Formats: sequence, structure tokens, C-alpha cells
Amino acid sequence: MAVLDSKIPEGPLADKWTQHKNNIDLVNPANKRSIDVIVVGTGLAGGSAAATLAELGYNVKSFCFQDSPRRAHSIAAQGGINAAKNYQGDGDSIYRLFYDTVKGGDYRSREANVYRLAEVSANIIDQCVAQGVPFARDYGGLLDNRSFGGVLVSRTFYAKGQTGQQLLLGAYSAMNRQIGRGKIKMYNRHEMLDIVKVDGKARGIIARNLVTGEIERHSAHAVVIASGGYGNVFFLSTNAMGSNVSAAWKIHKKGAYFANPCFTQIHPTCIPVSGEDQSKLTLMSESLRNDGRIWVPKYKEDVQAIREGKKKPTDLAEEQRDYFLERRYPAFGNLVPRDVASRAAKERCDAGFGVNATGEAVYLDFAAAIKRYGKELAHVKGLDEDDVSLIDKLGKEIIKSKYGNLFQMYEKIVDQNPYETPMMIYPAVHYTMGGVWVDYNLMTTIPGCFAIGEANFSDHGANRLGASALMQGLADGYFVLPYTIGDYLSDDIRTGTISTDSPEFEEAEKEVRNQLNAFLNSKGTNPVDYYHKKLGKIMWNKCGMSRNEKDLKYAIKEIQELREDFYKNVRVPGTAESFNEELAKAGRVADFLELGELFAKDALDRYESCGGHFREESQTPEGEALRDDKNYTFVSAWEYKGKPSEAVLHKEELTYDNIELKTRSYK
Amino acid sequence: MKLNLKIWRQKNATEKGSMVSYPIDNISPDMSFLEMIDALNNMLILRNEEPVAFDHDCREGICGMCSMFINGEAHGPDRNVTTCQLHMRKFKDGDTITIEPFRAKAFPVIRDLVVDRSSFDRVQQAGGFVSINTSGNTQDANAIPIEKNKADLAFDAAACIGCGACVATCKNSSAMLFVGAKVSQYALLPQGKVEATQRVQNMVAQMDLEGFGNCTNTGACEVECPKGISLENIARMNREYLSASLKG
Repeated sequence: MAVLDSKIPEGPLADKWTQHKNNIDLVNPANKRSIDVIVVGTGLAGGSAAATLAELGYNVKSFCFQDSPRRAHSIAAQGGINAAKNYQGDGDSIYRLFYDTVKGGDYRSREANVYRLAEVSANIIDQCVAQGVPFARDYGGLLDNRSFGGVLVSRTFYAKGQTGQQLLLGAYSAMNRQIGRGKIKMYNRHEMLDIVKVDGKARGIIARNLVTGEIERHSAHAVVIASGGYGNVFFLSTNAMGSNVSAAWKIHKKGAYFANPCFTQIHPTCIPVSGEDQSKLTLMSESLRNDGRIWVPKYKEDVQAIREGKKKPTDLAEEQRDYFLERRYPAFGNLVPRDVASRAAKERCDAGFGVNATGEAVYLDFAAAIKRYGKELAHVKGLDEDDVSLIDKLGKEIIKSKYGNLFQMYEKIVDQNPYETPMMIYPAVHYTMGGVWVDYNLMTTIPGCFAIGEANFSDHGANRLGASALMQGLADGYFVLPYTIGDYLSDDIRTGTISTDSPEFEEAEKEVRNQLNAFLNSKGTNPVDYYHKKLGKIMWNKCGMSRNEKDLKYAIKEIQELREDFYKNVRVPGTAESFNEELAKAGRVADFLELGELFAKDALDRYESCGGHFREESQTPEGEALRDDKNYTFVSAWEYKGKPSEAVLHKEELTYDNIELKTRSYK
Repeated sequence: MKLNLKIWRQKNATEKGSMVSYPIDNISPDMSFLEMIDALNNMLILRNEEPVAFDHDCREGICGMCSMFINGEAHGPDRNVTTCQLHMRKFKDGDTITIEPFRAKAFPVIRDLVVDRSSFDRVQQAGGFVSINTSGNTQDANAIPIEKNKADLAFDAAACIGCGACVATCKNSSAMLFVGAKVSQYALLPQGKVEATQRVQNMVAQMDLEGFGNCTNTGACEVECPKGISLENIARMNREYLSASLKG
């Protein structure tokens, strides 16, 4: 078995990154002009990397399947971005952010990577403010913060409920500057369909122009995959409709190991599923848990009455409600990490306390916060603090200023007014901690192929803390990859332009064409979505919030059968030489059908509960997750061997020199 | 619900298009508008016809990818929503719904309801940025306090999702609301002031070059904008442009 070399630099934790930067090779500015880099994806990671690499002088080719780089799904991130600025003076520090992230990830992330992330976090905020990102500010004109789950400090910077949008537009503006200068060549509406290796190194990609259907060859000295996560393997998730695993999966099939595929984040506060025709789920930002209290009725008869419409949630008195997070986790209350909050909600709903027709919803209630804020404001303004309707009015104004867009979004979807009645929420698939295995330099096991942002695996362990995805995306793209890629490219200064006429490009293009033609010629009876929905159901029911050996084994079999049926009976209309979304979807679902199996296989192999991965066989008598540090303190990195069932496991042992492994307790 | 859909079908940029009728049944009022189109497409695929091409991605009103001119209005009859956030409960059983692409000279049709909005990108490339490198060696984020109301106004302008509803709605196909929002965001922040003169001139020049029309102050764009971008941004851009012109 090959030993995975994570290339973590020597030296004390706090000095590793600085020393590494001092020791790695650089490419001089003149030579950078003769080096090409391909970046796939234009979200926070891809967009920031493309901009920075172009600023440094590399020739960048940037690809996105959307009609503009600004549409990448980072845009939908709501709540905020963490940074160890300690502006609030509440005891925050690089070490504390590092510690919270490793603990939040349930001790399954790599210490050195996480420390570096915490170290560069403060720079991100400086950078974004300088770019003109309009973060929220207080009346003194300084930046405001809020707190997020799993931590005891306020370190989250935000721009209302649209932080991802504002950060992405910042990265997009940096890209635009370089596109205007001709240093980034932008390929909108293009999808990467394979990677091309020459002499074992990543030297280009095959892409399809989604407008004309043309198959194109693009060469480069390095390829950066920033294509996001694979939550859409569940069909219903908070990901965008087009979010897919294909770029990551294609490199996996060509030699990049895939790490911890079963580590998925199921986010506690999403709008519940309403019907069979639903195409996606909508997140309600975790920031709402700052002010919202989560509860279900304490008594079954009230649950029944509510489901039948005989009672309203507001009819229930305090003592008839079960604020189950506050009850189970008094120290963190409603701000426990996402995995803990999700499982607690599932536990109540499974026990029959779910509050909507499907039995899969809990309340998120702002009545207490409205009252509290109303009183505060009345006091500040010298108004009558006992005037109930005034307090209510003032309180709602404050809530509106904080979460207005989220409340509006909720009302449009559910057709209920969350200022007057509690929101209904239920957990949904949101983020994938697993991804392409990378070393400290963010390079995959294919030389010259890098993976950044959600597409890689390294920083969040088995559970990601809120407001850390934006942090990681921008850290990788602005501050980490631009250094580490130079170390690799310093060997390529004399290589010259890579030809796309080689047999390797020929072969890769042929494979791509064959697959597209196979879909079009299959002439089956079922649309692509039919398979995607079926796969989603298998994943959600057997590989979702709670997993066990029997179900996982069954899921593997079901996915294999579904995949076989897909290739026989899928129907893809139209031609390959035109705008054809069904054809693009078919390719993505084909990859999900393979990833799904590896996902289940990984979950089956990990006989412990950690973070978002809850194995029913491994729990405490109180039903809390039980980690097995003795046997599972490692990263599972899977090597592709022809099909998912044959994948070979490589283990990267995780060592914790600076943090003591503890049972994660939020009680 | 039973509906009669009239949808613009056009094979590609060069071929002529036309409206085609599609009766559809079993639509639930809780479906989103795009889920209704999904249902139609599913039906068409099973009938061996080509599905209707349309742009969409996040389906939560923030990516700006979805478009559609529904019954004569960009993003349909509801206010402050994109098409993906529009729900079928806004329509009545038996309704006829007309669905066209966003039409403008600067937004050529690619196929059916999909249009090319890359002109928006090019306007941004002309000046929609602050010229600083992303090295991280900038000053501390709190070094320059920014008045809260100015920061809030800058945010409101920056909330534009670049969907193009303003252009599709405007009788002149003007992009002034879109460009005004970006110019305003930077004009309101100290970080953007340094290049303000150049920025507004370059962005307006590119806007004209792309073939967008002029503003005649009808205010229709503000009404149809899914993000409620204010007309004040156009006024601010005009002020910025005037003062830039005087500076030369």
C-alpha cells in the first residue's frame, strides 16, 4: 500500500506556513508569462485563485458552466465568514479559531492545514474590505460581528444574509480586472468533461461548449479543480441545480484519490420538503439560531392538534413546549454545531413530534427575540417598555434589519409570515466535507492537478462549522494556492506551450465523445431526472443523517442496479452539437451514480460515529455520537480501480501534537 | 391546476422563433414556476420532443441566472422575486401563461428562453472593480471607519444579481439601473473613490458600445427589479458621470 505523503512542513505549528513560504521555490515574473494554468470553477475558491494567479503573471484559463462567473453557487452562502480578528475583544485568537475548527470537525481534519487557515483568515477581511465588499458596520463605522454555532466568540463578519454574494462579487470584480487586461481568458458556459495527463502530469482538460456543443482541447502546465461539493448526489439539497461532482470525479478516475466521501453536512435549518415535484431545498441561514429558539410541542396531543390545524403553535404556552436543544445542551443551547442540531431535530421527529403534515419539521421561533429587542430599543429611545404592541413593533423592526431577506424568502416559499408564526425547519444536505485528497500544497495525487475550496477535503474534518466555507474558499484561492503552485511550476519554466495534438489529448477527446454518443443513442424510456431522484432517495434514506451496516450494504446494491438501468434505459433527447441541458445532466448524473456507491462504501468502512457521519452501531447510551480514536484517526483516501466497488483504501494517519483529542461535548 | 402555456421556441441564435402552445395539467399551487417548467419538460421528453431550454441554477433568488418574461413582466407577476421564487399559487386554474425570453439588442437569444447576457460581464470588466492586488498586504479592515448609512446604501446597491430584468423591462433596453448600482456601490465607499472618475466613464462607454439604450426615467426597471435596486442609483451615476466629465 502506497504511503500518502501529506508534505506537512517541519517545525512548530505556528511557524509552519511562514517557514514553508520561505523555503518553497518561486517562479520569476518573466517566466510566469510563459506558464498557463487552467482553473475549473469560478466560486470563491476558483474565482479568487484565477484572479490572484493572473495578477502574479500566469496566463489563466478559467471555466464555468454558468453564463457568468458571478453565478457560481458560493453566491448563495448567507450567514457570514469567520476570521480571527478579535475585534470584539472577546478572547478570540488564531489558536482559538484553529482549535474550534478542529474540535468542530470532530478531530478528523489535518492540524497544519487548519492552523494555516486560521492564520490567513484575518487577511481575508482586510482584502475584501479593500476590494469594496460592503460588510455590515456598527454606528461607529467599524465592522460588525455575529456568532455562529459551535463557538463561544463573535468572529463572523457578514453582509446581511448575503455574505456569499458580496464576497463572490468581490472575487468576480478581481477576475474582471484581469479579464479586461487579458490575463484571464474566460470560458463561460463550458463544462470540463475530462482531465488530460501527459507523462503522468496534469496537462490539460477536455471541455464542452454548452452553447454549440463543440468539444474543445485546452492545455496548461497545471490544472486547478475548484468545482465545489457533491451534495447534489442526494438530488434534494441546498446546492444549485447545476452543482455537480463531475470535475472532481473525472480526476478521481484518472488517479486522484477521493477522501472521506461519506462526510456530508446535513444543515439543521432548511425549509422542509413539501412535495414530490420539489427540485431543491432552501437554507435558512444558521445566523438565525442567534435569535431563534428551536422547539417542538412537549405533548403528543398538541402535535396532533397542530397537524390537524386545530391548534396554532402560538397557542402553546411555554410549559407545553420542548426547547430540545436548550434542554439537551445547556452550554451551547441553540448554537450547537450543525451535525448535533440536525440529529437532535431528527430524533424528535422520529419520536413523533414533527410539526407539519409530513412529520418532518420543527419550529424556529423568534417571538422571544422580538420581545427582547423591542424592550431594548424602547429603553434606548425612552419609550414605554410595558406597551406590548409598541415593543412588538420595535422588535420586529430590529429582526427585519437583521434577517429581512431570509424572512421574505421564507414567506415566498411557505406562504406563512414568520414574524407572526414560528418558521418550520428541517435538516437538509448542504455541504460536503469530503472531497479530493490534497497534500499541504493543495496538490492531488496527480502531479500538477490541484483541488481547492469545497472540492478538496482537508480543513473541515467530519463536520464544518458555520461561516467557515467562505473562509476556506478565499483562503485557498487568494493566499495558499498562489504560493504553493509556484513550487510545482518552478520546474516548468522551460517546458513551453503544451501541444493539444498529442495522442493523450486525442484519446481523452475520443472517450468523451463516446460517452456523449452513448447517452444519445441509448433511446431508453426514462428522463435523467428519474434516475437522479431515485439515487437521491437511496442516499437520503440509507446514507443520510443516520447510517447502519445493513442499510449501507443494501444501498450499495441498489445503486449498482440503478446505474446499470441508467445506461440501458435513460432517454436523452436532442443532439450533441447544440445547447442540450439534458445531455449535460446525463453526464453529471452518471458520475453521481458512481460517487454514490463510493460514498456508501466509505460510510460502511468507517465503523465509528464522527461529525456528520453517525453510525448507529457506535453511540453512547444517551444516543450521542461515539468516536473511535483508537481505530479511526485517519483520512480515508480511495484510489479508483476501474469501478467504485474495487476502490482501494489508503489511510493518512492524523496526528494531533497541539490539541488533545477529547469527546466533543456541547452540554 | 390546469394551464395553457404559450412559450417562445427558437432553435438557435440564427433561426426564427415562434410561440408554441402547451396545455398542462396536474400543477400544484405549491410548485415554483421553474418546477412547473420541469414538469412540462418531463412530459415533452416522454413524448420524444425536445424540452424547453431555460436558464436557472440556484433556485433561491440569488444567482441571477433565471430570467423569463412572464405575461409581459420580467420574473412574472409577483414583486421582489426572481422567476425561481415565483410560485404557482400566484396563478389561477385555467390561466393562459405567456413565457418569452428577456428581449434586448444586447441580450441575443441562444435558444428558446436562454439569452446571452455576457454584455453585462463586459461592462463590469470595463471598470467594475477596485484596482488592488489580492496579495493580502492591505491595511487593517477597520483602519477606515465607514458611516453606517453609507455602508448600508453601498450594500443595497451591491445586492444587484445581474439578472437583466431591468433591461428586459425598459422600453429602451437601458442598463442604467444595473450600471448605476455598481457605480454607486464604489462611489459610496472610500475604497472606490480613488478611481471613481475613470470608472464611471469607462463603464458608461462600454454600456453604450454594447447597444443598451438610454434612460428616459419611466422607473419601470425599479418596479420589476427582483432585488429592489433603487432609481437613486441612476441619479447617483448621472452625478458621478457629470462630475467626471467636468474633471475631464
